[in-house]
Amino acid sequence: MAFNIYICGVGGQGIGLLGAALAQAGERSGLTVRSCDTHGLAQRGGVVSSHIRLGADALTPLVPEGGADLVLALERLEALRGAAQYLKKGGKVIYYDTAYQPVSVRTGQAQYPSGEDIAKQVGEIGGEVSVVTLPGIRDPRMQNSALLGRLAALKAVPGLKTEVIEEVLKEILPPTALEENLRIFHSAH
Amino acid sequence: MLSLPGLMTERKGFSALAMGNHALARAMAEAGTAVVTSYPGSPTPEIADALLAPPEKDRPCHFEFAVNEKVALEMAAGASLNGHPSAVFFKSVGLNVAADSLVQLALMELPGGMVVILGDDPGANSSQNEQDNRWFARMAYIPVFEPASPSEVYAIYKEAAALARERRAPVFLRLTTHVCHARETVKFGDLPPRPDWTPRFDAANGPYVPITTAVFPLKKRALEKLRAWAGYGETSSLNTEHKAASSGEKRLGAIAAGLPALCLLETLRAAAAPVDLLKLGLTYPLPEKLILDFLRAHDEVYLLEELDRVMETEIKALAFDHGIACRLHSRRGHDALMGEMTPERARAAVAAAWPALFPAPEKRAFPAPAPRMPQMCPGCGHRSAFYAIKKALPPGAITVGDIGCHSLGFLPPYNMGEVLFSMGHSVSTASGLALNNSTRKVIAFVGDSTFFHAGMPGLVNAASRDSDITLVLLDNGTTAMTGHQSRPGNGETGDRLALFEIMEKLGVKFLRECDAYDQRKLADHLKEAMAHKGFSVIIARHPCMLKFMRERRRASPGLKVQPVHVAQGSCARHYVCAAEFACPSFIRHPDGSVTVNAELCIGDGSCMQTCPSQAIGRKK
Repeated sequence: MAFNIYICGVGGQGIGLLGAALAQAGERSGLTVRSCDTHGLAQRGGVVSSHIRLGADALTPLVPEGGADLVLALERLEALRGAAQYLKKGGKVIYYDTAYQPVSVRTGQAQYPSGEDIAKQVGEIGGEVSVVTLPGIRDPRMQNSALLGRLAALKAVPGLKTEVIEEVLKEILPPTALEENLRIFHSAH
Repeated sequence: MLSLPGLMTERKGFSALAMGNHALARAMAEAGTAVVTSYPGSPTPEIADALLAPPEKDRPCHFEFAVNEKVALEMAAGASLNGHPSAVFFKSVGLNVAADSLVQLALMELPGGMVVILGDDPGANSSQNEQDNRWFARMAYIPVFEPASPSEVYAIYKEAAALARERRAPVFLRLTTHVCHARETVKFGDLPPRPDWTPRFDAANGPYVPITTAVFPLKKRALEKLRAWAGYGETSSLNTEHKAASSGEKRLGAIAAGLPALCLLETLRAAAAPVDLLKLGLTYPLPEKLILDFLRAHDEVYLLEELDRVMETEIKALAFDHGIACRLHSRRGHDALMGEMTPERARAAVAAAWPALFPAPEKRAFPAPAPRMPQMCPGCGHRSAFYAIKKALPPGAITVGDIGCHSLGFLPPYNMGEVLFSMGHSVSTASGLALNNSTRKVIAFVGDSTFFHAGMPGLVNAASRDSDITLVLLDNGTTAMTGHQSRPGNGETGDRLALFEIMEKLGVKFLRECDAYDQRKLADHLKEAMAHKGFSVIIARHPCMLKFMRERRRASPGLKVQPVHVAQGSCARHYVCAAEFACPSFIRHPDGSVTVNAELCIGDGSCMQTCPSQAIGRKK
């Protein structure tokens, strides 16, 4: 069976690059990769996602609903949304704990979820949650590296090699930001 | 990682993990396509990213963005008249803009061949509808190729471009959102030597003027070519049967194309009984003999497609004409015509016809959290403009929006721009709303790129008729929504076209301009404009801050932004910043306090003027 990863967050957080890097690392680790980004209007502060399927039996690029072995989220509310729609029973959620309030919360019409809400809901379907926070990250886009670091440390993706993720990061990051990103990647373990 | 300049210039073949749009750009280079044109629109803009990646002198294809899809299509057609292979690409609804010339293409001899690439958008991920452009093919006598994956996009483009040239004809390459954006490993071939293109237009290849007596012979030739495409489809490997490993008690089959065919292949592997699949890559004209043979070889066949019942209708008619006994199944109800096909939907569709094939799906209860609608970015000039305009409008005013980032103004809390048909419609729709209307003010919005795209005729009309409306032109200097492509008059092509001067020359008598951040001035202009009897225009400028900040960050890595802050002692909790001005940078805490999210705020300060208690400031 293919290993399905659903990546999500808010437009502008760098989901596309995170998905591309992970897909590339998968391919270079010798896995058959099919992946897909969602684009368009949502890039303006809406929900953005990227799907990655590893394994020869996945012919289509979209992760089935309720079929993700791993939900990787860059924001807390989106972690809950991603898990609600995509997480498989017994799957894993790794999310970076930052909060971008949607309009409905800022106008006082809706509640923003707590970390406990996520743990409870994911626990109910037998899943596991791993929360990443690294205080003092200078540029929020570097939170991507923290998420990848935790994913690597937990060996959350079978067959994906840590050194390959690092190799891909070295290729895609601008030289000026590389050292700091690698430090974050390693410290998120 | 795949380097885009390398993708376009590497002379030897190689394998790489590539997105459908990028694989397509490489295919253009390998096919020797001379000219490619476009107007930006999701899901296709990444094709241009690849085409433009190498320095201009190294680009294998001439590429340019045109002012709209019709212009782009005509340019590509012109290149093909010269014998130069050409391609044009745009989003689904772009075909409506291009349609006037599109319907003539198949009537003409196009010696270079021409591929019209459609980015259809089932699910309306980034479009105002999910129109099924396969209908256009029927009207315009143009064959349709439908790849299902990046590898197929690459291979089918090359085949389609070669055939188009050989047959001196236009072809459609119909892509859908998740074919364009899918990634897989694609095996690329070598680049050909650079051809020497000389302009070979010759009127003797015509007639190229379809009037009076010329029309019928031209139409006849188009119909004959279409029949020849059908012949090609009967034997082409693009239309193939995927036989199930064994055969069951009842002989079951399915017919599908594109991504839906892959959805079926994936889902049928878990089926309790074998189902054969006829997968089509050339979907118009249909390979009738191939389909009839398939129907005769099966007891029951499921016809699965995405969006409208296009193939289904034609295959059912074909079966009727030939007295086929095979039982045909298809999707049921209106919901089936909406949204994109997924393996789960394919499975549910087939299971409705053949319940024994799959066990009932497991239910998994997990409530969805608070919705997150898209919104304008922190520092966006549109937000500042909409906030000011909303406060200045009299009761009963009607606001008409247009396509672009500013479309998002219709969402709460602004609710600005309550009508939207298509690109460039706003001025004309507003002009109509102002007829027989002496009681309600009508205000239209348009962005700068959309204004050039299709808004200008409406403006000329409103100016010459002196329509009693106010147009607010929101000028951010770019085509922001689709990824900051340049628009006429800026970017690579030269000096910025002065919108103000254009308006003046077009005869606009009431004309004002201001910075969109200057809310008081904008409100004053608006009140004055609405008091003016007749057509009035306000240009509210502010550069796209997403683009501006990206450029600044690129120029100075590690750039420190100084966010605004809320002085807790002065904040009287009006929530104007968080809920009415509604910049995403503000956080409303459960205890009622408001702070600023330093990850989001760009320090623009356009919010400061909105706070009734002057609590928002910059740290000294």
